Amino acid sequence: MSVREISSHANGSREASAKDARTVRLNVEQASYAYAASEQSAPTFTLGATSFQARERELVAILGPNASGKSTLLRLVSGTIAPLSGRVELDGQETSRLDSRTRAQRIAMVHQESPILYAARAGDFVLQGRHPYGRALHLASAEDVAIARNALTQVGAEHLADRTIGELSGGEKQRIILARALAQQPRLVLLDEPTLHLDIGAQVELLERLRQLAEENKYAVVVVTHELALAAEFADQIVLLHHGTCLRVGPPAAVYQRELLEQVFEAPLDVELGPAGRPRVHLRARRNDDAT
Amino acid sequence: MRPLTLKRLLWTCGGLAAVLLASVILALKLGAIPISVTDLVLNLGRIAIGRSDQLPTEYRLIIFELRMPRILLGVLVGASLSVSGASFQALLRNPLADPFVLGVSSGAALGSLLALAIAPQFPLITPLGAFLGALATIAAVYFLGRRDGQLESATLLLGGIISASFLSAMIMFLVTTLSGRDLRGIVFWLMGDLSTPVPTSLRWVLTVGLLAGIGAIYTTAADLNLLLTGEREAIHLGVEVTRVKLVVYVSASLLTALAVSASGAIGYVGLLVPHAVRLVFGSDYRLLIPASALCGAIAIVLADTLARTVAAPTELPVGAMTAMAGAPIFIYLLRRGMR
Repeated sequence: MSVREISSHANGSREASAKDARTVRLNVEQASYAYAASEQSAPTFTLGATSFQARERELVAILGPNASGKSTLLRLVSGTIAPLSGRVELDGQETSRLDSRTRAQRIAMVHQESPILYAARAGDFVLQGRHPYGRALHLASAEDVAIARNALTQVGAEHLADRTIGELSGGEKQRIILARALAQQPRLVLLDEPTLHLDIGAQVELLERLRQLAEENKYAVVVVTHELALAAEFADQIVLLHHGTCLRVGPPAAVYQRELLEQVFEAPLDVELGPAGRPRVHLRARRNDDAT
Repeated sequence: MRPLTLKRLLWTCGGLAAVLLASVILALKLGAIPISVTDLVLNLGRIAIGRSDQLPTEYRLIIFELRMPRILLGVLVGASLSVSGASFQALLRNPLADPFVLGVSSGAALGSLLALAIAPQFPLITPLGAFLGALATIAAVYFLGRRDGQLESATLLLGGIISASFLSAMIMFLVTTLSGRDLRGIVFWLMGDLSTPVPTSLRWVLTVGLLAGIGAIYTTAADLNLLLTGEREAIHLGVEVTRVKLVVYVSASLLTALAVSASGAIGYVGLLVPHAVRLVFGSDYRLLIPASALCGAIAIVLADTLARTVAAPTELPVGAMTAMAGAPIFIYLLRRGMR
């Protein structure tokens, strides 16, 4: 695998040519899926053929309202389900064909919420991220501890290591869960609605952190979300889903078109272009509809 | 950050093993005929240096033919029930799970009784019947406890309790219709009792089966830690969830079945021992499983000693002792969990 370094540090608006020079980590090509109650019955939900790519250091947002197929697409990407047709490849290997250990060394997943049954210390929880590298009893080596510590530092939570997870706030808990994903030293980080239970300050903090981590560690990051504003502000690419169909793939400015978003999210919206070339979305109260 | 080290693991287990040894010596000493510790140590020392021929006959009878086999059975059964309880708690993600509460013990008891009724001439048929009974019960309870594809704590416990009472009724039916046998013996066995000696042919099956079961579960200890944070999470951390669950369900059912076929349904050990161990040593299964095994052994040895001595010369079933101590603590835990 050749990783081409990019000399110039990119920010907000990057040049398209520099972007294309980056290694493609994740390649989703015409991948589709269908859920059915049994093998004979008609599918209850289908995800139509979807294609997109995620390069290293890139943050891709899978955007759509509830039941649009976001989580299904994320499961396809994670390799826990295999596509009915098409391919999902990470660095050229199909994710669903990797054995579970190898997959966990390459792909980390952060779920919506992780309820903890028994009191566990945050530090031990982060060490779980080293599980795919361990043998037999998976006792932590000095290297594992160093990696876990580093992961905690990267999310700004080194002071939380000895606290039990139960005592942490929602934002702190989310940082610990993210640190566990980082301890896996993955190439691809997936997040399923990571901002769902966070207040707005913690949401912005999390996404800024994700951007920074992707930059530092050369991850590709895929985030499932229904937060239009956050996706517009932080994503390099948007995959817009609606009723199991992929409607658009592209940078936020290209995907965020008023009529399209209004139709998908069934809400009157205003879209304008912000100073950094990123679109801004505003909710418009319905009573003003006739006036405009 | 204080991750579990091999040193801590060995020290903890070594310490608990010493406590177990002390409990065994205490149990050897106490009984209808008390034996002084000096005599006991002296005699054990004689055996250790290979001079067992110097032992007085009455000591040999009391210690090696009466008390020792019973104590060793208690050690095995206690360890198995505790490990099986800790495993069910991880698999079902329910801190109140236990082979007794889930009805698995009753399933094993019914299985072994049925097997005994059908083919009493084969000694190995009882543990086999118990194993099938235990597996069938845990499968039934698992499906009863599911709602919309999710395991629900209250439904699961209710499913277990209902299965247990149904199975107990079946056992009563069988016992009353089939038996010309000793009813007191059967009632004692159902309550959980170590006084019935295990046939020699079964001793090896029991010992090997129980140790293999505990060993098999221990190989998944690190995976169980991750299963506790959720199946989805465990999958993404590289745990082969289906394989781990299969290994642990089968092994935990085997442990329960063998323990029940030897000593009946001793309740609450599988629930309370892992709980106490968690409070003291934390919830890491790599430490929890061996520590629970040792503490379970200690608990049963002490409970059985109490059962033998509290109303001496009359003996109580050890299950009565564990239930008397266990039921109130279970209610306390349940109420604390509901808050």
